[in-house]
Amino acid sequence: MKSPKFDALLSKYSTLVIFLIPALTVFTLFVVLPIGEAAYYSFFRWNGYGDPEKFVGFKNYSYLFKNRVFIMSLKNNFYIIALSLFVQLPFALLVALMIADKIKGATFFRTIFFLPYILAEIVTGLIWAYIYDGNYGLVASIWGFLGMNPPFMLGDKDLALIAILIVIFWKYFGIHMMIYIAGLQAISKEVLEAAKVDGAGPFTTAWRIKIPILLPTIRLSVFISILGSLQLFDIIMPLTGGGPSNVTHSMVTYLYYFGVMRMKYGFGSAVGVVIFLICFLIAITYQKTLMKDD
Amino acid sequence: MKTSMRTYYMYLFLFLMAATIFIPLYVSILGGFKTVGELRTNALGLPTEWNFDNYISILINNKFWLYLWNSVIYAVGTTFFVLLFSSMTAFVFAHVKFAGNKFLYNYFLLGLLFPFATAILPLFLRVRDFGLLGTSWAVILPQIAFGLGFAIILFRGFFKQMPNEIFDAAFVDGCSYTQFYFRFTLPLSTPILATVSVITLTGSWNNYLLPLIMINNESLYSWPMGIMVFRGEYFTDWSKILAYVSLTLIPAVVFFLILQKYIIAGLTGGAVKE
Repeated sequence: MKSPKFDALLSKYSTLVIFLIPALTVFTLFVVLPIGEAAYYSFFRWNGYGDPEKFVGFKNYSYLFKNRVFIMSLKNNFYIIALSLFVQLPFALLVALMIADKIKGATFFRTIFFLPYILAEIVTGLIWAYIYDGNYGLVASIWGFLGMNPPFMLGDKDLALIAILIVIFWKYFGIHMMIYIAGLQAISKEVLEAAKVDGAGPFTTAWRIKIPILLPTIRLSVFISILGSLQLFDIIMPLTGGGPSNVTHSMVTYLYYFGVMRMKYGFGSAVGVVIFLICFLIAITYQKTLMKDD
Repeated sequence: MKTSMRTYYMYLFLFLMAATIFIPLYVSILGGFKTVGELRTNALGLPTEWNFDNYISILINNKFWLYLWNSVIYAVGTTFFVLLFSSMTAFVFAHVKFAGNKFLYNYFLLGLLFPFATAILPLFLRVRDFGLLGTSWAVILPQIAFGLGFAIILFRGFFKQMPNEIFDAAFVDGCSYTQFYFRFTLPLSTPILATVSVITLTGSWNNYLLPLIMINNESLYSWPMGIMVFRGEYFTDWSKILAYVSLTLIPAVVFFLILQKYIIAGLTGGAVKE
């Protein structure tokens, strides 16, 4: 029994409305509009009460780019990206190439390497805050064992950022390894067999066959890694909270301390907009150039 | 001969890596059983005397359980609505032809490029103006909104792979879209429902920034907020803090070991399949 055409159309459009409205409403109200509002508020000096009235033009932005701490936080974000791209991802790829095949202990290594990723960032930060503690931590014990005075890594202006970078490597290396392993396991067996028959060794196979096939996956993981690095917050809070002397802020911890905590809604929004613009520019250039074939 | 040397170095490297990754976790879990003094003298070894006081004092603390409970509410509430809203939306994108289908899909995808941090101040104001501060919705609603994009991609991909014949047959039999969604689509989608649940649950469970902005009432603190307050109170009394850390770390590890398959599918699936 077929319904008449009109009923079918009615049912189609009522379905559309019922099925789309909840997601569209929540998404628009809590994702899209706030981004637009951030752009608007960024032109005001405002404490969040009443309507924003004190229009200041681009003053929030010009202050931001003259502010030593913000410039430092911007640099820190780029150091984090550099670490991810030039140390973390190559390492993850190397390990993935080793344990993607069913070698002895592959599952064991995979599980261990992935473990840090499932911990909450806050817990990760606390564990490492302990490790780095100059009085009681693991680093202190090791230094003590060697008969030296331990450094307070998180309290030392020159070492704190390095300490954070180590934690980031420790925590996120596993997820990239997993992404590569999934990509490597999707490579067809015939291709690899053919290479073997042609006498290609493991290095040649990796370099000439596996990595080229994996390129789209690698490009995607680079992208995820850049966007993730730009939004780093949770992990820094238990480690240094941006200190000592504000040298380890990321843009988001800067936004938290200097915008949210001080109730500077206009200024904080300007920081948010800068973060957004950097993410957006990177995403657009990336898609126009590197990912256009994927 | 050459191959075996290579294998040897490879395993040496893998074991060193594994040790680097594992030792911080190992010393933290054991650290909760040691006294602070012993942490200094015996960081790597087993505790000379297993001391359960730190664990017990946390376990009998009502606040610990309250914070965990709050986080359960946030995680379950968020996950329920993300599953419902995003599967409904993805269903429409996958099965219903209409003008604007592609456009709306891209609208949701665009959301993936919006950094959460940019939205926090306006989000706080919106939640305040809606009168939701001091309620769980202050955390749940924004989390749903920011969880939709990725969930819709995963659901749509899955629904598109389902054989069209079922849909055609059901439609000819007079089955409406809504009936089809509940009777066929959802029951056939357990793997993807599990994957999206796991991603959303863990995302919410570990979230720190959003509750930190939204919640100023201690009775609504999430556990990551609770653990940071605890850290603030005990500062360098590491054995207490490590006990707290371990109590939250062990369930996460168990959860992961049981649901490994879905977690990894969720995290890598989106990246590998295009």
